[in-house]
Amino acid sequence: MDLSAINPLLFVAGFLVAATPLIFAALGELVVEKSGVLNLGVEGMMIIGAICGFATAVETGSPLLGFAAAAVGGAALSLLFAFLTQITLANQVASGLALTLFGLGFSALLGQSYVGVKPPRLAEVNFGPLHDIPVLGPILFSHDIILYLGFAMVVAVWAMLKFTRAGLILRAVGESHDAAHALGYKVVRIRTLAIMFGGACAGLGGAYISLIRVPQWTEGMTAGVGWIALALVVFASWKPWRLLLGAYLFGGITQLQLNLQGAGVAIPVEYLAMSPYIITILVLVVLSADKSAAPASLGRNFHASS
Amino acid sequence: MIRLEKRPQASQAFSWAAPLLAVIATMFFGGLLFAVLGKDPITSIMTIFWEPLFGDFAFYYRPQLLIKGAPLVLIAIGLSLGFKAGIWNIGAEGQYIMGAIFGAATGLAFYPTESFLIFPLMVLSGALGGLLWAMIPAILKVKFGTNEILVSLMLVYVAEQFLASMALGLLKNPEGFGFPGSRNLQQYASAHNAELIAGSGMHWGVVAALIAVIFAYVLLARHQLGFAIRVTGEAPRAAKFSGVNPTRLVLFCMGMSGLLAGLAGMFEVAGPAGQITIDFNVGYGFTAIIVAFLGRLHPIGILLAGCLMALTYIGGDIAQSQLGLPAAAIQVFQGMLLFYLLAFDLFTNYRLRVGRTEVA
Repeated sequence: MDLSAINPLLFVAGFLVAATPLIFAALGELVVEKSGVLNLGVEGMMIIGAICGFATAVETGSPLLGFAAAAVGGAALSLLFAFLTQITLANQVASGLALTLFGLGFSALLGQSYVGVKPPRLAEVNFGPLHDIPVLGPILFSHDIILYLGFAMVVAVWAMLKFTRAGLILRAVGESHDAAHALGYKVVRIRTLAIMFGGACAGLGGAYISLIRVPQWTEGMTAGVGWIALALVVFASWKPWRLLLGAYLFGGITQLQLNLQGAGVAIPVEYLAMSPYIITILVLVVLSADKSAAPASLGRNFHASS
Repeated sequence: MIRLEKRPQASQAFSWAAPLLAVIATMFFGGLLFAVLGKDPITSIMTIFWEPLFGDFAFYYRPQLLIKGAPLVLIAIGLSLGFKAGIWNIGAEGQYIMGAIFGAATGLAFYPTESFLIFPLMVLSGALGGLLWAMIPAILKVKFGTNEILVSLMLVYVAEQFLASMALGLLKNPEGFGFPGSRNLQQYASAHNAELIAGSGMHWGVVAALIAVIFAYVLLARHQLGFAIRVTGEAPRAAKFSGVNPTRLVLFCMGMSGLLAGLAGMFEVAGPAGQITIDFNVGYGFTAIIVAFLGRLHPIGILLAGCLMALTYIGGDIAQSQLGLPAAAIQVFQGMLLFYLLAFDLFTNYRLRVGRTEVA
């Protein structure tokens, strides 16, 4: 075992990259859950985003167009969920599972001809002299634009929920849809928009995996990141800043586990690969005691007649 | 103006019609999907649904129906108990893997001793493996209030890694020339889950699935625990007043579904699959979720839905080899089925009213 093989600078820069898909997916789900909807289809929307982004980037040669397509793809799939739960009032847990199962199959179908293809690279943002600062430069100023977008979105969602009228309405719908309806807010419309935002974010997160983190396409490549994102929302008790912290924690664990595999630690690879999932469970156990932060209408369907 | 009106009582007729409508809609839109993929839709649908049952090689495919259907029904029956009560075990895939590992490990531990006791012992340890794996989310839920959906799902990934480590390590065939995978249990008479009637596809897993259907039917219709499950799902508050113990219910439902999934895994590894390999699991645990819903969480319905889903697996394989239909297309097809079912279910609880809204 040779721990000195792990370069601390590359490690930190790497875990920022590993955390970004989680940030996107979990942030989208946070907004969805704030509106009172539990969408368990994150994994499905992510994998659809991953292939839509990958295919578009390969075909057009532009990774940025790929990310745009990923957001559209994720949002389009989430519309199916919105239709099921908001229009036909289906059970949200079942609909979310359906979305994941369907997304995994559909992405495999779309991605058949893209196995083994190399996507175009997204260039690093040019920060000029900032990039050359020792330590900070390689960690903070050597990434692609999407990584910074993820960070900016956390700030934007936080500000939106805390300071704006739109955020207040969204939270009202999530806390008590009946009261919000009585005040004249369009519960179904607001929730549908939130679901679509969640889908677009999950799609971006998925594309970040297939275009930047890995970068290639394999079936089922999201490997549970969507589910970890769901756990992360609970971990964050529905607060954007804690979500960011949690995503870095999980990104760090994932990256550390990969680095340890590379460094040839005596622990078998399989057991290292288990660790992010086991740690997710442990974190859930520790944080499950406090459910007071959950939106009060979470998971309950709304129909104006009831 | 068309609007939805809540039915005073859920429509029984529509509750059973919805799965049929969903199947028809899936056939139609699945056909469209196949057409988009450049395959003749009618031929594709016929290949999937007709060929395995009545085609020229039906004698070969019909036994497959039992082999594929048994694990689906076995797992779905267990899941349905929990789903009915609002307890969501979606990690059946992991419990299935653990059942297979426990069962195979027990059998291999006795290799090459021959005894009629080995197989029953494997059945017990397979069930135990699934049960223990399902007890993790169950106990965390009742002790700490942890969400069982997320925990049971995370454990699928853990189980998959564990499977890989077993196939490459402890359970690897010492005479396998270094290839990953365990000894083949089909070549070990005492551990082989052989067909009971040669060529019928009927193995002990099929028997277990049928017993599970009957057991679940009696439990739900006649036993107090079945009543507790139903009332918890339909009216949680009423369940509290009628003295249902939620802790016991969670442990029972999760444990039962884990046990049955573990059994399914054990029967699979000792029979049709034969050995522990890295990619031993093929997603039965997830497809069983569709089976459970498609069967309306009712034991008889699940039996029928399991057969139908097994049919799509076999027909999908045929379509893959004969028409070059991608394997993923069948996965999409199965996913669609659940979508349409959930959508059509609207009319079980609501009806459409055409006309102006009256002012009350």
